[in-house]
Amino acid sequence: MSGLNLDPNLAKADDFYESLLAAHEGLTKAESDAFNARLILVLANHVGDEGVLSQALEAARLSRDETSS
Amino acid sequence: MTRIFETPLYPYERSADQDAEAPVRHPVIVVGAGPIGLAAAIDLAQQDIPVVVLDDNDKVSFGSRAICFAKRPLEILDRLGCGEAMVEKGVTWNTGKVFFDERKVYEFNLLPEDGHKNPAFINLQQYHFEKFLVDRVFDLQAQGKLIEIRGNSRVTAVDAEDSHVSLTVETPDGPYRIEADWLIACDGAGSPIRAMMGLDFVGRVFEDNFLIADVVMDADFPTERWFWFDPPFNRGQSALLHKQPDGVWRIDLQLGWDIDKEKEKLPENVIPRLKAMLGPDIRFELEWVSIYTFQCRRMEKFRHGRVLFAGDSAHQVSPFGARGANSGLQDTDNLIWKLKLVMGGLAPESLLDTYDMERIHGADENILNSSRSTDFITPKSEMSRIFRNAVLDLSEHHAFARPLVNSGRLSVPCTYDGSPLNGPDCATMPARTRPGSPAPDAPVSGNSNEWLLGKLGNSFQILAIDVETPPSVCVGGICADRVTLSTEDNPALRERYLGEAEGAVYLMRPDQHVAARWDHWNDEAVRRAIETATGRNVSGLAGGLR
Ligand SMILES: Cc1cc2nc3c(=O)[nH]c(=O)nc-3n(C[C@H](O)[C@H](O)[C@H](O)COP(=O)(O)OP(=O)(O)OC[C@H]3O[C@@H](n4cnc5c(N)ncnc54)[C@H](O)[C@@H]3O)c2cc1C
Repeated sequence: MSGLNLDPNLAKADDFYESLLAAHEGLTKAESDAFNARLILVLANHVGDEGVLSQALEAARLSRDETSS
Repeated sequence: MTRIFETPLYPYERSADQDAEAPVRHPVIVVGAGPIGLAAAIDLAQQDIPVVVLDDNDKVSFGSRAICFAKRPLEILDRLGCGEAMVEKGVTWNTGKVFFDERKVYEFNLLPEDGHKNPAFINLQQYHFEKFLVDRVFDLQAQGKLIEIRGNSRVTAVDAEDSHVSLTVETPDGPYRIEADWLIACDGAGSPIRAMMGLDFVGRVFEDNFLIADVVMDADFPTERWFWFDPPFNRGQSALLHKQPDGVWRIDLQLGWDIDKEKEKLPENVIPRLKAMLGPDIRFELEWVSIYTFQCRRMEKFRHGRVLFAGDSAHQVSPFGARGANSGLQDTDNLIWKLKLVMGGLAPESLLDTYDMERIHGADENILNSSRSTDFITPKSEMSRIFRNAVLDLSEHHAFARPLVNSGRLSVPCTYDGSPLNGPDCATMPARTRPGSPAPDAPVSGNSNEWLLGKLGNSFQILAIDVETPPSVCVGGICADRVTLSTEDNPALRERYLGEAEGAVYLMRPDQHVAARWDHWNDEAVRRAIETATGRNVSGLAGGLR
């Protein structure tokens, strides 16, 4: 099983970032929160692998003692 | 017409014990004639162990309580001789619908697996359920079994000694004392026995209230389970509609934490809520209305010397997932055969500690599932509500989100993985029948309507499938008789019990759980497994499961 990829993996990083912001354009805070939650669930299901997901939860926590990669 | 829950079924009668000079000693006393106490007593009587049941009233359960009974308990009830009557009376359902806000987001079919005698679930009022058990008690009495229910007999003091337990029982004629070699405390979630013994009962209270109403109505809603999140008729909360026999419907309405319970229960407040839910034209009559707060908690240990706790006295869950009575029946299923062997001097007393281990494992699984459902239904923070609603919104459009919707994970039996009673496993056989698991049902042969589970239970047995074995094996007074089956024209049996193997030898426990299995006959190994499964192999008993 391959682990969580924390190296750059988006071929067009700026494009993705722009579409992420665009998706939130015009939404209220509540709508944006709901959108983010749906997006996380969609992506988590795509990943599927429990090990990768728990590493992702850990990575998102930005624990201090974790060495950045 | 008096209704079944208003009829005294075992009215108080003076017992000879009340006139005895010294307290009379009984082999086993069960306190509480709820579903679990009655099941325990029936199991004991069927095994020819005399039993006295003490209950503080003389009727079946009062109010809106259990309605949903799952397959494994129905199998246990078959062994106790009253499953069929319950299934016949009960309502069988397979379809569930989930609504969010004003729309149906999806529906599911439980799609029960073929080749089982019992359905996945039935709905049956707890008062009917208990009545069938009481009827079975009377049957056994008529057959001459020593089983007695003493109504209006409230236990008010308990003294647990090393050699026996003594009780004070309050009756309409005043108190008397009585003794038992073993006491099974099935006195419910508020267990006075637990309190009198100063024992703990720790866990979590869910800060929420639910209005539970049973209504009689002549409506043609289908026989399905309907669950609403945040519906227009109960904003910000949830609701459930479920059918029971006799035109009775169970309605659960979540009310939130800061409410005036007495006020919410008044018909003038309940009826408009129900009208908003059911539609203005539906005529209904209220059978019961109660308001409940739910908790998930358990005792640290279910065995305290000669006092054994079972059912709600030992563990309590929220009703989402229908795990209360369902798991309590699995407690006594696990306990009674062990108690019988210990009482008969055929197993060390430490076998009873495995009741504790195995059923605490079961209780923890139920508490985990029940807590997760309650957390989904009652989100505890703004973010958990956001995720909950995201799951529901996605479930309308995408199949992947549906397994995340949690309106109760319906009760399934647990497997006693890591139990010290488990013997050898055989790697080529299916995981679902590994040691510790409850035996799945299967037809006995391709063209019969006899069922495997009808042939199993009450004693140790050798299940021989496509393998030659001797007719029975005995070790130190315990004999396991053979049940022989063939997988010819029986794909369900092959799939559930053989897998890749050519043939199988299963050692079955009296509670229809698998103790050990092999793909060939090995006399010595089977004998050793019987010793292990009866706790004679004492060194194996240290520590909990896994
Ligand atoms: C709203 C609701 C819905 C539920 N739905 C389900 C469901 O769908 N499926 C499910 O499996 N479970 C369900 N449950 C749980 C189920 O009702 C309980 O798990 C079950 O009743 C437990 O049975 P018991 O025999 O352990 O205890 P109880 O039914 O509480 O019986 C205890 C008995 O002990 C007696 N007693 C108490 N003190 C004394 C004393 N001092 N002396 C003598 N007798 C005494 C009482 O009178 C009573 O008869 C639900 C519960 C609620 C509240």
